[in-house]
Amino acid sequence: MSSETKQILTTDGIPLEVSLKKAEKKNKIKAFLLVAPLLLFLFITYVFPIGEMFTRSVDDKMITNMLPKTFKAMEKWDGKELPPEEVFAGFYSDYKVLIENQTQGKLGQRLNKEKNGFNSITKKLMRQIKRNKIDETQSIKKQIMKVHKRWRDVEYWQAIKRTAPPYTMAKYLKGMDMYFAADGSIAQVDEDRRIHRILWLRTLEIALFVTIFCFLMGYPIAHLLATLPMKYSNLLMICVLLPFWTSLLVRTASWMILLQQQGVVNDFFVMIGLVGDDNRPEMMYNKVGTYVAMTQILLPFMVLPLYSVMKTISPSLMRAGKSLGGTPFVAFWKVYFPLTIPGIGAGCLLVFILAIGYYITPALVGGASGTLISNQIAYHMKTTLDWSFASAMGLMLLSGVLVIYWIYNKLVGVDNIKLG
Amino acid sequence: MALPNYTETRYRIWHYFYIAICTFVFFFLIAPLFVIFPLSFNAEEFLVFSEGMKRLDPDAFSFRWYHEMVYGTKNPWGLAAKNSFIIAIFATIGSIILGTLAALGLSSRHMPYKGLIMAVLISPMIVPLIISGVAIFFFMAKVGLAATHTGIVMAHIILGTPFVVITVTATLSGFDHSVTRAASSLGSNPFNTFMKITLPLILPGVISGGLFAFVTSFDEVVVVLFLAGLENTTIPVQMWTGLREQLSPTILAVATCLIILSTLILVTAELLRRRSERLRGINR
Repeated sequence: MSSETKQILTTDGIPLEVSLKKAEKKNKIKAFLLVAPLLLFLFITYVFPIGEMFTRSVDDKMITNMLPKTFKAMEKWDGKELPPEEVFAGFYSDYKVLIENQTQGKLGQRLNKEKNGFNSITKKLMRQIKRNKIDETQSIKKQIMKVHKRWRDVEYWQAIKRTAPPYTMAKYLKGMDMYFAADGSIAQVDEDRRIHRILWLRTLEIALFVTIFCFLMGYPIAHLLATLPMKYSNLLMICVLLPFWTSLLVRTASWMILLQQQGVVNDFFVMIGLVGDDNRPEMMYNKVGTYVAMTQILLPFMVLPLYSVMKTISPSLMRAGKSLGGTPFVAFWKVYFPLTIPGIGAGCLLVFILAIGYYITPALVGGASGTLISNQIAYHMKTTLDWSFASAMGLMLLSGVLVIYWIYNKLVGVDNIKLG
Repeated sequence: MALPNYTETRYRIWHYFYIAICTFVFFFLIAPLFVIFPLSFNAEEFLVFSEGMKRLDPDAFSFRWYHEMVYGTKNPWGLAAKNSFIIAIFATIGSIILGTLAALGLSSRHMPYKGLIMAVLISPMIVPLIISGVAIFFFMAKVGLAATHTGIVMAHIILGTPFVVITVTATLSGFDHSVTRAASSLGSNPFNTFMKITLPLILPGVISGGLFAFVTSFDEVVVVLFLAGLENTTIPVQMWTGLREQLSPTILAVATCLIILSTLILVTAELLRRRSERLRGINR
């Protein structure tokens, strides 16, 4: 507003512009305050803990805190030959403190992970120190080197030096079957021990194929549901919605019953003479079971978005296509199919996101060859208790999912998710 | 779907092929649920159809496993059912309150950063459950709420709110805001306006969101597996252990009860959806 024109005032003498801005701001704050409780709750209980998973996954402070003097002395050491006297002295006094606190065992275990053979030589050193065999007035370097020949090996000191930084990306490398080699470069683990890469690829493969199967099966029935008269389609919709509302474990249980060797599916195959009674195929505890069960469980998530898009397509468009000389196939391919692409995108992304993080069904019907990355995360959380590795794997999976979520958000918009 | 008389043979064949595919898919979707029913009345201890059952011999059927489920010695289902209901009810109430408030804020046209905030609020639905489970477990262990009902209820509120936010926002998208303005201009305070005007109108959305939250909590197992101690076991956790360890037909009896429950929920949700569409004036 230019200064020459007269400002419009409200009844209490404040310029209208100011008053409106104030009201607008008040409304903004009001709206935000309504969202604030949930946002705050989610940030405290959910978003920050996910962030904490990151610090946990890179955290390597334990040794840094255990050997402060050693690492201080190592700053001057070039790492090529055996370290000087001060490093040995620093290590000796750090280690003595650990023995007093009775935490020396943890150091041995952690260093042993870095380089095999540390556990025994640290224990040997501990016994010497406990028996007061180390004379502090003499050169500590020489005395430690006498304890075991590995203490004279520069590689072991290099390994200690590698553990100095309080943060490490080692867990992420481990998740991709790589590790830090002795000289600090990144190396691949031996070919026969690359278990994680197989799991990542299998997870992608299963998620991809489940998405394709869901699409191939979901598209025709979504089309049928959208084109049938309301009274039939409502009835058939129950077939989609009932599984959708039924407990995941119930559905998995029913697949376990169906697919087992003496199960209904195998009985049927024997009955129609597809297979002999004595060599019933194994359909559970392998990939087949995972594919079949996951496709059935995730199919409603494909059908519902497709249906809601197809419902909006007017049937007269197909009729127009046909009347203009297209065969039914051409009319379908050139007119109907392009209009359903938003639904296809929404359904496929949703199914893929859900499939890539699946845990329960693969764990029950998957066996060894049908398990996914989620099962590996659960295994490290519960069995090996390597929580930092579980966090690292979880975040690697999460970053993949978030990329797809971002694409989904761009293409579909989260506020367009339809339920039921 | 009757075909016009003039349809060529090849399209006729194609049409029947299409109907056949659809029939197969519907069968594939719904049939697995029905295999549970008869097997839960199995008189024997195995999870396969016995010879007697195939002959429809009345002696091969019994209520044995239902009896076992209710009166069995040392059976966990009573405690599990009690826990499941308590946790699901409180989680639903929490999700409804937090989710409805947030949806009201998000539907206001003055809301800043709407897209970003919506993406954060919906994220528990998208993030794989195993990751949510790990993160929530770390948090609950730190504040000392692991292996408590409170901790599990809070976790389920996290997982349930996205559904309430989505359904209530959808209901509010057709909401006529002039009615609340009319109430305010007639001297009603915001709380009264909400209780007497807004809430009754959005109630179908709130309830169907609540149903989603209830089912999510009632069916959730991954996060509970991380959080629960022996005292907090729920029906899904018991089913999970049962399916992994001793596969007993009692599970099928429980599963049958769950299918009946989900049918009831489905009917309620469908009725609500139709009512909501009628109220919002969507006629199809």
